[in-house]
Amino acid sequence: MSEPLPLSAITAPHLPKGRSLFEPHRLFLMAVFAVIVFCAIWFLRWDWIPRYQDRLIAGIGQSLLMLATTTAIGFLFAVPLGLVQVTGPWPLAWLAKGFCTIIRGTPLLLQLWLLYYGLGSVFAQFPEIRSSFLWPYLRQAWPYGFTALMISFAAYEGEVMRGAFAGVPKGELEAGRAFGMGRFTLFRRIWLPRAINRALPTLTGETVLQLKSTPLVATITVIDVYAVISKVRQDTYLTYEPLLLLALIYLCLTGILIAAFRLLENRVPTRGA
Amino acid sequence: MAASSATMFDLSLLALDAPGWGGVLLKGFVASLELAVGGYCLGLLLGIGGACGKLYGGPILRDLMEVYTTLIRAVPELVLILLLYYAGTDAVNQLLALFGVGPVDINGLVAGIFVIGVVQGAYSTEVLRGAIKAVPPGQIEAARAYGMSPMLVMRRVTLPAMLPYAIPGLSNLWLIATKDTALLAVVGFSELTLVTRQAAGSTKAYMMFYMAAGVLYLALTLVSNVAIGIIERRSRRGMARPV
Repeated sequence: MSEPLPLSAITAPHLPKGRSLFEPHRLFLMAVFAVIVFCAIWFLRWDWIPRYQDRLIAGIGQSLLMLATTTAIGFLFAVPLGLVQVTGPWPLAWLAKGFCTIIRGTPLLLQLWLLYYGLGSVFAQFPEIRSSFLWPYLRQAWPYGFTALMISFAAYEGEVMRGAFAGVPKGELEAGRAFGMGRFTLFRRIWLPRAINRALPTLTGETVLQLKSTPLVATITVIDVYAVISKVRQDTYLTYEPLLLLALIYLCLTGILIAAFRLLENRVPTRGA
Repeated sequence: MAASSATMFDLSLLALDAPGWGGVLLKGFVASLELAVGGYCLGLLLGIGGACGKLYGGPILRDLMEVYTTLIRAVPELVLILLLYYAGTDAVNQLLALFGVGPVDINGLVAGIFVIGVVQGAYSTEVLRGAIKAVPPGQIEAARAYGMSPMLVMRRVTLPAMLPYAIPGLSNLWLIATKDTALLAVVGFSELTLVTRQAAGSTKAYMMFYMAAGVLYLALTLVSNVAIGIIERRSRRGMARPV
């Protein structure tokens, strides 16, 4: 029995499948693009790059380190945040929901400055904290940047995990219970893996968003790649060239990140939904 | 010690009149709102144009739109805001110089709206493209069969029919727009976050002012959420409820 062809397939003009890179208009566009790139290289000043090369690479490393640590630890916080909203007792669920709403409802830049300037100034007032072993760390900027980014990722991803936990089919959990699994085994073997599986596609987008949030930590004096570029701009009085390079760097990082996640997603077996 | 924690939450600093900073904060809040509304509307216009270009345009236009949305969505907003803010004002002045008019000081609000709008445009292009594709093609064909011109089809059928599909994405974009306005603090535009920083810096009551600004942003988000809920329910009238 053959499926009747949907009407749209007959009438609506469909995009040609597998449009190749070498259609005439593409070649034309690529030529225009090449001319623009050539002009940018020829007419703009790039002689500062070798001088700042090492610092740029260190800055990229700092940005990536921020990204990796905040997403990893933020995700660990996101799992309980999502779980208690689905199954927890109401005070916990209410707390988690409030936390997610507050963090998602205010700009990250404001949270960052609240932690760094606000909390930082409060810490400085207590002699107990000033004399504690933590003070050498609390005097630096990166713990505040790390905390703000981590909290933000946890809140956004917690909302995703809430949906993922709620979306695991009831039958699978009941099947697990029928096998005599305890609550923890059930969670470890079925609920969590299935929820992560469902959340994986959105994880790519969330991680790219997190990468795009990392330059904000430069506003509280963490030396990431954005801060290095700002330094270049101050030193050389160039407006566009450093920013264009920065945009190019982030473009490459985003591309690499998306490619890496696609590889990861292909390795995780999925069937149907 | 006790005195310093008393000044930390000295609410009289939030008074609306001169010694207090409440009025300044509210002015900043209004500036943020203007930015968000202006940028969002510009983004919506760009998005409608971009979505039509992607769906109905020629091959070159389609590829250019693809480049626009990909570039904007891959580069951090902070970098884009710096680039567009300087490049945009610079380009206008160069254009004016070409016509023999001296350089003008470009209004920060206009530049900010332009920046937020260009960034939002890329995202709303994708949202609207998806929504337009979700409109049953039979409705558009019926409109064509009545002899409507493409513009009329767009205005009377495609745009209204795609709204229910677009509203979740568009409301998300509105919330993002309100929060993206904070990034303009970095280029020195006095919106809520920057005036908060100034107020906090000059009174040393950092905690209180940042929290006050956070409450304002949160209130905006919560009020928006209520409004979005109402709009969503209205736009879904007459559609089958999701089971």
